[in-house]
Amino acid sequence: MSDFHSPSIAYTALAPMLCIGAAAIVGVLIDAFVPRALRWSAQIAAALLGLVGALIAVAVLAGTHTVTADTALSIDGPTLFLQGTIAVLGIGSVLLVADRSPALDGGAFAAQAASTPGSADERAGIQAGRIQTEVFPLLMFAVLGMMIFPASNDLLVLFVSLEVLSLPLYLLCGLARRRRLLSQEAAVKYFLLGAFSSAFFLYGLALLYGYAGTVSLSGIQAATLTGQHNDTLLFLGLGLLSVGMLFKIGAAPFHNWVPDVYHGAPTPITAFMASATKVAAFGALLRVFYVSFAGLGWEWRPAAWGVAILTMVVGSLFAVTQTDVKRMLAYSSVAHAGFILVGVIALNRSGLSGSLFYLLTYSLTTVGAFGVLTLVRDPDGEATHLSRWAGLGRRSPVIGSVFALFLLALAGIPLTSGFTGKFAVFSAGVSGGATPLVIVGVITSAIAAFFYIRVIVMMFFAEPVADGPIVATPGGATAASIAMAVAVTIVLGVFPQPILDMANHAAPFYH
Amino acid sequence: MTSTTHYVAATGVFHLTFLLVLLPTVGAAVLLLGGRRTNPWGHLLGCAMPILSFVIGVIEFVALIGRDGGQSRQLDQHLWSWVPAGSFHANVNLLLDPLSLVFVLLITGVGSLIHVYSVGYMEHDPDRRRFFGELNLFVAAMLLLVLADNYLVLYVGWEGVGLASYLLIGFWSHKPSAAVAAKKAFLVNRVGDVGLSLAIMLMFTTFGTFAFDGIFNGAASGHAHSGTMTAIGLLLLLGACGKSAQAPLQSWLLDAMEGPTPVSALIHAATMVTAGVYLVARSAAIYDVAPHARVAVEVVGAVTLVMGAIIGCAYDDIKKVLAASTMSQIGYMMLAVGIGPGAYAIGILHLLTHGFFKANMFLSAGSVMHGNNDEVNMRRYGGLRKVMPVTFACFSFGYLAIIGMIPFSGFFSKDKIIEAALDKGGFEGGFLGTIAIVGAGLTAFYMTRLMAMTFFGVKRWPKDVHPHDAPRVMLIPMAILAFGSLVAGYLLILGGSLQHFLTPAVGGSVEVGAHTISPVVLSLITLAVVAGGVTSAWYLVARKPIPAEPPTYVTPATKAARASLYGDAFNEGVFMRPGAYLTRALVFFDNRGVDGLVNGLAALVGGTSARFRRLQTGFVRSYALSMLAGALALTATLVLVRVG
Repeated sequence: MSDFHSPSIAYTALAPMLCIGAAAIVGVLIDAFVPRALRWSAQIAAALLGLVGALIAVAVLAGTHTVTADTALSIDGPTLFLQGTIAVLGIGSVLLVADRSPALDGGAFAAQAASTPGSADERAGIQAGRIQTEVFPLLMFAVLGMMIFPASNDLLVLFVSLEVLSLPLYLLCGLARRRRLLSQEAAVKYFLLGAFSSAFFLYGLALLYGYAGTVSLSGIQAATLTGQHNDTLLFLGLGLLSVGMLFKIGAAPFHNWVPDVYHGAPTPITAFMASATKVAAFGALLRVFYVSFAGLGWEWRPAAWGVAILTMVVGSLFAVTQTDVKRMLAYSSVAHAGFILVGVIALNRSGLSGSLFYLLTYSLTTVGAFGVLTLVRDPDGEATHLSRWAGLGRRSPVIGSVFALFLLALAGIPLTSGFTGKFAVFSAGVSGGATPLVIVGVITSAIAAFFYIRVIVMMFFAEPVADGPIVATPGGATAASIAMAVAVTIVLGVFPQPILDMANHAAPFYH
Repeated sequence: MTSTTHYVAATGVFHLTFLLVLLPTVGAAVLLLGGRRTNPWGHLLGCAMPILSFVIGVIEFVALIGRDGGQSRQLDQHLWSWVPAGSFHANVNLLLDPLSLVFVLLITGVGSLIHVYSVGYMEHDPDRRRFFGELNLFVAAMLLLVLADNYLVLYVGWEGVGLASYLLIGFWSHKPSAAVAAKKAFLVNRVGDVGLSLAIMLMFTTFGTFAFDGIFNGAASGHAHSGTMTAIGLLLLLGACGKSAQAPLQSWLLDAMEGPTPVSALIHAATMVTAGVYLVARSAAIYDVAPHARVAVEVVGAVTLVMGAIIGCAYDDIKKVLAASTMSQIGYMMLAVGIGPGAYAIGILHLLTHGFFKANMFLSAGSVMHGNNDEVNMRRYGGLRKVMPVTFACFSFGYLAIIGMIPFSGFFSKDKIIEAALDKGGFEGGFLGTIAIVGAGLTAFYMTRLMAMTFFGVKRWPKDVHPHDAPRVMLIPMAILAFGSLVAGYLLILGGSLQHFLTPAVGGSVEVGAHTISPVVLSLITLAVVAGGVTSAWYLVARKPIPAEPPTYVTPATKAARASLYGDAFNEGVFMRPGAYLTRALVFFDNRGVDGLVNGLAALVGGTSARFRRLQTGFVRSYALSMLAGALALTATLVLVRVG
């Protein structure tokens, strides 16, 4: 090992990630050096510049197929599609985070997250008007991790990027301005369980290295094809590795953290987690299973079927009994993870492109739905209890209709993006020989439609509650974020062709 | 069917086809999004849209008759490519052929009359504008359903019909019973929708397309496995049962009477329940190669026609009796389209005549309610023929048509169904024919009971009610429909006109087999059975005083009929309970099971468990344990699959 070669790195191909990384570091510097009065706007500018830059870089790189950094990273169609999606989601989330308009009582984030809730320190800080802006660099580091995660072409990079995206998220969960104890509890829960799942992942990684003698995904694939190695190591490793990734996508039975953490975290961060994290984690999951373990489909499919069925059933059935809109959306995100797993299990080209498309549609609708949640407010913060939403659509028809649109899209009603996505994934599932799974998917979708429609009915047909929540007039940033989600939801429902084409051309993986 | 299906591109006046759907859609959008400022003229716009669609439909009908027969009468209008990428693609295309045009004329024609009637009926409702917006949405969705040239666009219309019916049944959502009824209609329809969506996916994987022509040609070529075709046929039937309220998914229709009466007329006569019959008739090419599925259609139709008739005998609510009669009549149509080649056109014929007389009777019933302070209980009517002469006259035409009295429209269509069933021959034909005749007798019984309780006998209404005929804006549509109930049947079969017209879409109307009984004798037998039904109803109901409260000492058969033949109990047992139990069990497991497991394990592995407990959040321990259990199960499955 004495002769160390410095690997050649195609920096151009890494431009999207470099943009985000630069924005994150600039964010740290802004916190250190820029005068207090300018910090907030400077942070927003840096974050948005980085994200837009990344999006432009993705557009310029379209069509690139390259493996760089000594096979550690693969910049190919799926990577760029997912990186573009994550950049768009990042923009939507940053806009939600950035809204500090008075109507939202100064935003969703604690002025000083480090002070103990209810302490003299906290009061003094609020009186002095000190506001920290650490949320932006943290968010950008998380985005950086998410950008690398689906591009990782070996297990070590996969693990490192998993941690890069996770650690800032743990902190972000604890930054809520209101109900701070709940928020901090969510952060600790997420951290403990996340660490637990990382341990599984790492152990699986070690076993797979023991099996193949390499951590590169292509190397592991080559080893599975020869079939001359110890199978027990392979399947134990694969199982444990999957646990780490299934945890991040929120698949049952590794989903328990989802409702609690989504509920406790500040809503803009919940929007970010429910969308971008899921996209990145599915990207990595798809790459690992399509590149390294595609040849072993017959062996891992039974377990994957079990996970997918359990996830769809648990997600949609539990959502039915929820009385809190935020928790209901959390369980719905579990159910959607199950639907996308159908595309993963299909293990064919249309399964890959269908999953990519589904991820885009689902995640943007989700950002919009959580964006609406930030607007429906009581005197003491967001009003998320379902009973408080009664008659909301009558008093605020625009917000009511927008939320109804998102719910219909999540339910997969035709002419919304959700239908196109679901159809792409399910038809890939049928052609991939997973018809029973698709039947479960259709039935659970029918169950899921019930609780989405129930909210619409509450909003439009129930009598408004007397002292009901106020729908805040959104600041420009929140309005922009929600408008983007509305536009995508409708356009991808009625004219999905260009993006479907893109998803189709993105497949397959290059390694 | 050896001929291949081919649609020619739309030209000339047929370019207007998209307007048929667009106009009511625009009406719905303007009225629902426009808010209060559209209140003064909302109902006028709401009426104008279906009327304009009807005018376009008539123009296209005339133009279509002017074309040569056969395939040149099947015109396809391409609007845009919806999902053209990769392995699956679907176009948003509209297909104008005789079958869809017949439905267009029914939907817009009867629909327009119902719109006009609603101007009067809903005059004092503060939400009249919203009502018209939702009616337009209903019509638009139904038109999209029948004009689609592929199953995916059909599905969009199908879902739209479900949504609109949900909104309209629950229109008076301040009444809890209306909200419950709307929810029930929605859920039961979802069960059917699952069938339709699975059928569409199965067709797509089998034939690689959603388009009617591709699928029908593929089915006719005979390459597909017969088991697959049977499965597709049965799944389509499940979808049709949900929308058309056929057994076992019939229960929502009776509760759907909670909606305003014009909605009931629209659901029962022109839209919604006819969608299932349309689906089966449109999919004729699939049922041609799936004989087992066809038998299932016949059985469903026969069972429902008797069930509906029995239920109709027991209710005292005038609208529910009419709803039960719809179930029964749709059963006749299902039976006809189930009999197959040659009988499709007869099923559609009955659908059209039924569209007239059922809309007529619902609107007349609405007029009765209107004049009786919205009372629906027939035990509080009686003797209304003297105070509501026009309503009585209109309703009588509908009554004579539904019991199949010569020369009213129902006679021609129902007679032909009975004939077609018997002509099938053998046990099957005899059985189905007998059921159809028995159904005709039962229909005569419960409709006569309705007439006797409502219009004849002594006055039973309270002192403060002053029954009167409805205003003219309601009476004129009723009169037009009453006229249709009289002449439609004769006009449509004149020289086999409808059957010839429909031939390109559903195949020729060849005679099914040898006549087992001569048609004239059969007509006489049927009329005799009908006369028996009328007489017995007269003898049992009209001659005796009618008590204000329904008698409680009744036979088990009456009890069962009053409980809608236990349709709700069936739904609860088969669809609701398992779901509720599963949810409850899972919630129980989530709350108690995992924690309980931790507590139990504490005794065994105290150290580990105690360490979990010190994580003060209280729940993380159980989450982590379930993760551990999941991880063990996952890896164990992987390893075991490999070993085994």
